[in-house]
Amino acid sequence: MNEALVDTLRLHPPSVIVIGASAGAVDALMQLLPPLPADLPVPVVVVVHVPADRRSALPQLFAQTSALTMCEAEDKMTLQPATVYFAPPDYHLLIEHDGTLALSVDEAVHYSRPSIDVLFESAAESRGDRVLGILLSGASRDGALGLASIREAGGHTWVQSPETAQVAVMPRAALELAPHVTLDPASMGRILADWGTRRG
Amino acid sequence: MTGVETTPDDRAADVEFELLLEAIWRRYSYDFRHYARASLRRRVTSAMRRLGVERMSLLQEALLRDVDLFTRLLTMLSVPVSDFFRDPAYFTALRQDVLPMLATYPSLKIWVAGCSTGEEVHSIAILLDELGLLDRALIYATDINPEALRTAEAGVYPQARVPGFTRNYQAAGGTRSLSDYYTAAYDRVVFDRRLRARVAFSDHSLATDAVFAEVQLVSCRNVLIYFDRVLQARAVQLFHDALVPRGFLGIGSRESLHGFATARSFEVVSREQRLYRRLA
Repeated sequence: MNEALVDTLRLHPPSVIVIGASAGAVDALMQLLPPLPADLPVPVVVVVHVPADRRSALPQLFAQTSALTMCEAEDKMTLQPATVYFAPPDYHLLIEHDGTLALSVDEAVHYSRPSIDVLFESAAESRGDRVLGILLSGASRDGALGLASIREAGGHTWVQSPETAQVAVMPRAALELAPHVTLDPASMGRILADWGTRRG
Repeated sequence: MTGVETTPDDRAADVEFELLLEAIWRRYSYDFRHYARASLRRRVTSAMRRLGVERMSLLQEALLRDVDLFTRLLTMLSVPVSDFFRDPAYFTALRQDVLPMLATYPSLKIWVAGCSTGEEVHSIAILLDELGLLDRALIYATDINPEALRTAEAGVYPQARVPGFTRNYQAAGGTRSLSDYYTAAYDRVVFDRRLRARVAFSDHSLATDAVFAEVQLVSCRNVLIYFDRVLQARAVQLFHDALVPRGFLGIGSRESLHGFATARSFEVVSREQRLYRRLA
């Protein structure tokens, strides 16, 4: 099963990985991100629902256990491979056609800013089928529509298997809307590591 | 083997989008052509859902002949809602470091560019009032959206937003109670007319209009994120030209002057609060 997914990524490589997570995010990302190799050929863009009034500690948190460069996204940053960009608190994060990041303070989606739907939909729109969308644990319905739009554009879509999620509402909402590959986060990390290091 | 970049349908939508922006520019002189694409496209798509229009080319056709429709669309395309004292630390920095310096000028002139529905204008007016500077200040509050300007000028906000405003006001070091500045009426609050007595609300586009006054502080936060690099550079140049030597510029907490030619004419006052100062 996992070998087949590695092959699928090789046949049809994404140019960006987008990840959305809410309640239970840290636990899931702690399994997913550390296996990723320092020469991962694509950027990773992450929306985690965080309180608006706090400075995000996520980049620092994951930098300790990951070989990838971690940073908080700023307006107009150019996406680089092997780098993980976290959405800043209280801003939506979007991917532009020219490979840069964009922020917005447009209204919250599913009570969330940043919103996973906003990131995922912009990825589908700017990168077409060259996207891998990953939706992890959470208590919201955010991300379900966005992941469906990535799938519709021909991209890869993975959902954390509900039984492995701290909060299964978000994975279930996505799976109710469209069929996606379901995996535990550690397997996602291993598959990406396999694809990222032995790509051909 | 790599997949095709976009499906033909996506490419058609790209063309439609560019033609729509061109049509709006040529017919109504509102220039969205250098706005950041991803957000604007999202807004256009959401406006189309609300207007019940299926395709951008149909929207374009209707817009060209229907001025009222354009007015409604304009409101939908440019309505980022702000907060009173959004990012409280920015306003603390204005209160402690910037406004006291400006107190030495006989009259204070401040430009709030892209003021939208006026939350930041009121916040700055409150700061000036608490520093005893409001009476000799003049705030230019500009936006492209006439509907938003009307809201700003009325100073009326939903009661439901006030607890958030109050928390921010206190976090920003407010010296009174925010309720000293407004009157509650049913589900709304009206901020004191006095706060707006020294405010000139006006229609102004950072994309197409020129400098209109000389000011000592420009505050333009979370507006540049909606522009592409070309338009951002234009706006930063306008701010530079509007500022007196040693005047201050404040931008959004995730925006930066990095990479603009004009940036060399500014020094950093606070990197954290994105406050800059024009060199002499």
